[in-house]
Amino acid sequence: MVWHKDAEIPEDTDLVLLPGGFSYGDYLRSGAMAAASPIGSALRAHADRGGYVLAICNGFQVATELGLLPGALLRNAGLNFVCRPQVLAISTNSAFTSAYGTQQEVSFPIAHHDGNYFADDETLDRLEGEGRIAFRYCDNPNGSARDIAGILSENGRVLGMMPHPERAIGGHEGGVDGAKLFESVLAAA
Amino acid sequence: MRARVHVSLKPGVLDPQGKAVSDALGRLGFSEVGEVRVGKTIELELEDGLAADAAEARVKEMCEKLLANTVIERYAVELV
Repeated sequence: MVWHKDAEIPEDTDLVLLPGGFSYGDYLRSGAMAAASPIGSALRAHADRGGYVLAICNGFQVATELGLLPGALLRNAGLNFVCRPQVLAISTNSAFTSAYGTQQEVSFPIAHHDGNYFADDETLDRLEGEGRIAFRYCDNPNGSARDIAGILSENGRVLGMMPHPERAIGGHEGGVDGAKLFESVLAAA
Repeated sequence: MRARVHVSLKPGVLDPQGKAVSDALGRLGFSEVGEVRVGKTIELELEDGLAADAAEARVKEMCEKLLANTVIERYAVELV
């Protein structure tokens, strides 16, 4: 565990998980303060040297604020906090989805207020053109542009997503679909 | 010296809060209200003796780095 006030990530780190929750009360904008934490530049350096990053929910918001991923997460279009199981389509093959084989849909829990992905049309076209939309909502819960639930960085090693795969690994909640995401990235990293 | 920073969503970026406020105002009988945009104001107290130009440049830098997310927001700086 690396604390947000730390300034370094161990050099041999293969994968950084940027978890969800709330950070700094999500004051100003969700993830904005956390992106200004001392650990921010180390995280950027980790991504720059080709390290894997899995940024979930508030972590996704932090990753966009840090500039690791393009776009931003706006307030849900319906204004409500949404909390429910959510079916997603796997939109592209990536290091985070290799273990799913031919499986095309997964169900992960979602729980967020600011999950409405926004980017300008040019950025959205580029994401689509470069196969960087990792997951799309099958029944868009928050008004997200082009049903985007998760996106990849240019090198495919940073995945930001609003849904929670870690809440779907076969425990008492959320189903089992998330386990393969972790199997995939652990095999790649 | 104080600086007042106004941050608002860029035109074209959906503002669900503004929409909710507009709907509520309509329900209260303010039928003249059309689109509503909700922004925020941030007031900063700055050390005395700064030149206005330099202060404004510094506050703009603060906006770019933290106070606004220019992917979705625009900002205006006012020295008061």
